[in-house]
Amino acid sequence: MNTIRALSLAAAGSLVLTLAACGGDSEGSGSSGGSGDGTTITWWHNSNTGAGLEYYTELAAQFEEETGVTVEMEAMAHEDMLTKLDAAFQADDAPDIYMERGGGELADHVEAGLTKDLTELAAEEIEKVGGIAQGWTVDGKVYALPFSVGVVGFWYNTEMFEEAGIAEAPETWDEMYDVIDKLKAAGMEPISVGAGEKWPAAHYWYQFSLRHCAEDVLTDAVTSLDFSDPCFIRAGEDLEKLIAAEPFNRGFLSTPAQTGPTSASGLLATEQVAMEMQGHWEPGVMQGLTEDGKGLAGKLGWFPFPQVEGGQGDPAAQLGGGDAWGVSADAPDAAVDFVKFLLSDEVQRGFAERDMGLPTVPSAGDAVADPALAGLLEVRNDAPYVQLYFDTAFGQAVGGAMNDAIALMFAGQASPQDIVDATQAAADAEG
Amino acid sequence: MAIAPVPTTGATTPPAGRTARPAGAARRDWRMAAEIVLFTAPALVLFAVFVVWPILRAVQFSLYRWKGFGPLVDFVGLQNYVSVLANGVFTGAVAHNLIIVVASILVQLPLGLALALLLNRKMRGQGLLRTIIFVPYVLSEVIAGVVWFQLLQPGRGVVEALLGTVGLEGPYQGFLGTPSLALPTLVVVLTWKYVGLAVLLFLAGLQGVPDELAEAAQIDGASWWQTQWRVTIPLLGPTIRMWAFLSMIGSLQLFDMVWILTGGGPANATTTMATFLVNEGTKRQNYGIAAAASVVLFVIALVMAVTYQRFVLRRDTAEADVPRGVR
Repeated sequence: MNTIRALSLAAAGSLVLTLAACGGDSEGSGSSGGSGDGTTITWWHNSNTGAGLEYYTELAAQFEEETGVTVEMEAMAHEDMLTKLDAAFQADDAPDIYMERGGGELADHVEAGLTKDLTELAAEEIEKVGGIAQGWTVDGKVYALPFSVGVVGFWYNTEMFEEAGIAEAPETWDEMYDVIDKLKAAGMEPISVGAGEKWPAAHYWYQFSLRHCAEDVLTDAVTSLDFSDPCFIRAGEDLEKLIAAEPFNRGFLSTPAQTGPTSASGLLATEQVAMEMQGHWEPGVMQGLTEDGKGLAGKLGWFPFPQVEGGQGDPAAQLGGGDAWGVSADAPDAAVDFVKFLLSDEVQRGFAERDMGLPTVPSAGDAVADPALAGLLEVRNDAPYVQLYFDTAFGQAVGGAMNDAIALMFAGQASPQDIVDATQAAADAEG
Repeated sequence: MAIAPVPTTGATTPPAGRTARPAGAARRDWRMAAEIVLFTAPALVLFAVFVVWPILRAVQFSLYRWKGFGPLVDFVGLQNYVSVLANGVFTGAVAHNLIIVVASILVQLPLGLALALLLNRKMRGQGLLRTIIFVPYVLSEVIAGVVWFQLLQPGRGVVEALLGTVGLEGPYQGFLGTPSLALPTLVVVLTWKYVGLAVLLFLAGLQGVPDELAEAAQIDGASWWQTQWRVTIPLLGPTIRMWAFLSMIGSLQLFDMVWILTGGGPANATTTMATFLVNEGTKRQNYGIAAAASVVLFVIALVMAVTYQRFVLRRDTAEADVPRGVR
């Protein structure tokens, strides 16, 4: 009897763990086609608080009134949404409209036949957002409509910069090292990085790669998964040099990205460090991490990743990414109509006015209120191309291995060659 | 992999006098069999649905390259097992699990025993002390993990502030961020969390040790220490062995605390088999690899459990069979 109990204990514990996540086989319960009265569409998004939630609720009601289509909206926290989406895809029961991050992740969804081809259905909107739609294109077909796209750069505390005697934001890495020295001399911790979660650390290597690698090398890498170009090694060497200069906050190896006041974003928001490299969501994140809900408002500056010497990449190219509305393969036509509605000029303007993100429809650009965000938007619009975050572009399997190896470099346990090798090995295992 | 038929140790000898069957015995046997089926069916169904079926599915998944959605089409045979076993992070994780198994027993056993013997004596504030020691065990691992994460904050946490009062400084990356210190720190937190369970079980076991034996030993001139060492602790044997078994299985499956405190880092220094497979599955969408890792974890747990059962717990189960036969 004891044996059975012990075995079931061991079995249940070790295996149910994985299987909780990969259970169901239930047949899809997608809604039937046709638009108009009686049709219901489901919509999942992550604007689950404040003005954003209010706005989306309003939009759903407006659409219902105009078309007679019922919109069942579900707003949830970002992480919850990702988990729930994974489960929904596994169970073949995805919502009609959901958020797609593009890249390898989208390619996997397309390959599994989960998402609808919007190339013809939303041709007008795709033309409107222009090159930005590239990130959601697989084999020449667009599978999702981007509604918010931003780029990654340095957010900094303008007051602390002034105190340390720094007049201007750095444009090259030589100037950047000078800034780091000045901040240290003034007794400040220069940069916070949430290396505990790996991706914020990995973004440094992406950025150096973007500066060192020519555009075609990067575009080729996404399809051929070939990382043999020496520019990837040079990216690692530059990162090693930066880590050696010790600009990062104390305990950065275990610092989380943006949860709590002691996370990397929290340290910037509470003025414990002078800068942090993050995406366009940073002002919003910091608001949630300060007691007055303002973040660093009033003393927040932004500058793009500085230039490197002798890089092959276009100096104006940026690393970034964003969110797009994807439509499930078996969703009714009304779902496509709704997504087109969300991409309309008025809706995007309202979106920008509420600082919910960086609009992709050009006419909505001037509605962005926050000056730091407006500056970032300008840099994005001037960029010859925006490289999607590598972990998203290459898919989670390759991207995860890449991030792990980069995090090892932050811990002093990987060389530039190790990063390339680990990434290549994961890419080769993809087959 | 045969899972359902479990080899039972002991208790397999048929009852004596089986050959002399009184009239009507066959009918009684049939009724008994029907009753057994009726009463065990719900449990068996649950066992099949929530234990056997998931195990079989995990084995199935482990043979495919699968991203977690879409049909299972990319059959790769044992390749996932090869990549798991050749993966330094996974073999490191196995080593970490074994270190935690050994460390848990080496640290918690003497500590738990000492505390239990101490608390078993009549003393002031006994209830309060027992509660203090047992409270960490009642807390969920996630809550305890979050609390310790805050306490151990590098440069800002309570632990380093305390160190500061005696003139010491914590490591630059903090206790959880320094690769060589992360695993020992984890063991300390786990000890804090689980020593209460050991104490509770040992105290319960001590209730079964008759006072007369200790009194007799004392009359014979044994000191308190000798009494504990020669009489009480040996009689506590079955409890200790059962606790060690629970501790071993728990350590092999360790997940929550690691996930919260370090996420398996820094530099994979605290990865356990469970964090490895969750990372591979949900973060990297290598569900085939994750399933293979979970099967390996299962086999390791199974082998250790069966071995322990055969060589350590056997005595206890054999003893337990005697009164059962009388009943």
